[in-house]
Amino acid sequence: MILKAEGISKRYFRNTNTANYFYAVKKTDLPLFRGELTAITGRSGSGKSTLLNMLGGLLSPTEGRVLYDGRDIYALPDKELSKLRNAFVGIVPQGQSALSALTVLENVMLPYYMYKKDGDIKDRAGELLERVGILSLANAYPNELSGGENRRLAIARALIHDPDIILADEPTGDLDDENTKTVLELLRAAADDKKAVLLVTHENDALSYADRVYRMNGGELTECEG
Amino acid sequence: MLTKLPFKNLVNRPARSAALIIISAFLSFSVFGGAMVLSSLQIGLGSLRSRLGADIIAVPDKAARQNDLEAILIQGRPGYFYMDKENLDKISCIEGIEAVSAQYYLASLSAGCCSMPVQVIGFDPETDFSVKPWIQKSYKKQLNEGDVLAGANINAEAGENLRFYGETCKVAAKLDKTGTELDNAVYADSATVKMLMAAAKKKGVGVLEKNDPEKLISSVLIKVKDGYDVSKVSDEINIHLRGVTAVKTQNMISGIAQSLSGISEITNILMWAIRALALVIMAVAFSMMINERKREFAVLRVIGASRKRLAGIVLTESVIVGCMGGLTGVLAACVLIFPFGGLLEQKIGLPYLVPDVKTILLTAVSAVLAAMIAGPLTAAFSAVKIGRMDTGVILNSN
Ligand SMILES: Nc1ncnc2c1ncn2[C@@H]1O[C@H](COP(=O)(O)OP(=O)(O)OP(=O)(O)O)[C@@H](O)[C@H]1O
Ligand SMILES: [Mg+2]
Repeated sequence: MILKAEGISKRYFRNTNTANYFYAVKKTDLPLFRGELTAITGRSGSGKSTLLNMLGGLLSPTEGRVLYDGRDIYALPDKELSKLRNAFVGIVPQGQSALSALTVLENVMLPYYMYKKDGDIKDRAGELLERVGILSLANAYPNELSGGENRRLAIARALIHDPDIILADEPTGDLDDENTKTVLELLRAAADDKKAVLLVTHENDALSYADRVYRMNGGELTECEG
Repeated sequence: MLTKLPFKNLVNRPARSAALIIISAFLSFSVFGGAMVLSSLQIGLGSLRSRLGADIIAVPDKAARQNDLEAILIQGRPGYFYMDKENLDKISCIEGIEAVSAQYYLASLSAGCCSMPVQVIGFDPETDFSVKPWIQKSYKKQLNEGDVLAGANINAEAGENLRFYGETCKVAAKLDKTGTELDNAVYADSATVKMLMAAAKKKGVGVLEKNDPEKLISSVLIKVKDGYDVSKVSDEINIHLRGVTAVKTQNMISGIAQSLSGISEITNILMWAIRALALVIMAVAFSMMINERKREFAVLRVIGASRKRLAGIVLTESVIVGCMGGLTGVLAACVLIFPFGGLLEQKIGLPYLVPDVKTILLTAVSAVLAAMIAGPLTAAFSAVKIGRMDTGVILNSN
């Protein structure tokens, strides 16, 4: 076990009316294991992204803790949490997530140079772009890309640092069957390579790649057997 | 690559960046332009004060009544008036006077150079303390008879000849600009000016007809000894000398000083209003820009940028904007103010003298610095806000 959610929940207020709140994610435990691909499915609005963001250190839980190698990540100073995320967690956010001022290649390389000045990551970036099938777009800018190409850019970027943990929020959202298969195989390969992978998805086909499957329903997470 | 990101962000949105740069250009424009105009006016006034050089100027009663002296020295209207030379000795006997020197005024009807009549101002080389210090900056040698020195605005160069009342005068040198009406006059020593007066008499200039130019002076410039009250000395002169009025130069200048302080005040208020407005608009613009780019900043957090990093990116962008805006503003001010300084001088009718290059450069540098500091200052709030926001919330709000 490398990443573990311990009794985390997220409460939101509706509008500005402070009395009227609800739980987007109800008290949940979720362990992620090295070498395993964990999938979460569920209806839109059920709280999948909220849970994933909490696991990625991007959204502080209302209650509970998120432990990385036994350390409570939300107790860390911002700088350390940021460095940890940079080095060990690859996140594919839901939706468009490229920086419009940088080319596709630069976007993919940026995490590597966040805390490093030297070294050359160009070859690995090219390799990853090739794997997700957008190497020919390396020098294009994100606004010239289709939705699916943008998703694949985000996946290549999440993998650039060879992170221990990969959190992917609907990475196959806009992709055709063939590209969906490519991406899922990529994530599966990462899991086989001793990474802990979390995949949030709508697609039932994706579940066959997973070692564990959870279902999110109205903020409640339940593990599906079999 | 991360260090280039702020640049790339600015280049990526040229219209937005240009707008921000223009706003901060207004700031440095107002800092530099305002300082330039105000100090040019101040220096102009100082220059006039030191050119007049005297505490008191004694002139014939009639000239005082008609403000002829001010017309010649301050408004630049050519003219002349005379009184008896013995007044000079009488004044020098009055207590509290340190130095006296006579001046001679003659208005040329038509000089070779200028379509307009030119004022000739004569001084006594032996006693003069007002014109010489200024002249010596451009011309150190003795003036020969027939030599004149041309004010900066006179359309004749050193070595050229000017003709007054049929006499030819050689321009020995061109004087430094003072920014005052004194730049429109021609200067000569007493020998030359008396020769010109004699020539004018021959041509039938009214007042000179009945008098011997040798016995005439126009005014007496007076320096008061330290410790004596200028007003009292001037009163003494007015009491003891008939037909002579002592005018305190301070009074002559005070009108100018007054309108100068009025203009300074208006300029100051205007400039501070522009500065305040520019700062507010910049703060709003940065805040809007960052709001619009929220998602981009959230993505940076996703890939591991710390809050400090985000603030650093925002502040770097604002410094770049401030720097470029600062330079643009100073350049615009230079283009507007320096070529049109003469026009400005005419329009406000005040002495106007541009500061030296060192002062200009220093002011320019401080104006650019001001804009450069204003950038991060107005972006600071947005930089803090961007650090505080919840990345997860922004990512989900689409
Ligand atoms: N910042 C917020 N403030 C208030 N409510 C929020 C906020 N963010 C999310 N919610 C609500 O929380 C619930 C869960 O949202 P979440 O984005 O986690 O759903 P999801 O399962 O990822 O949905 P989808 O499949 O459409 O991406 C939704 O009802 C959403 O409206
Ligand atoms: Mg979602």
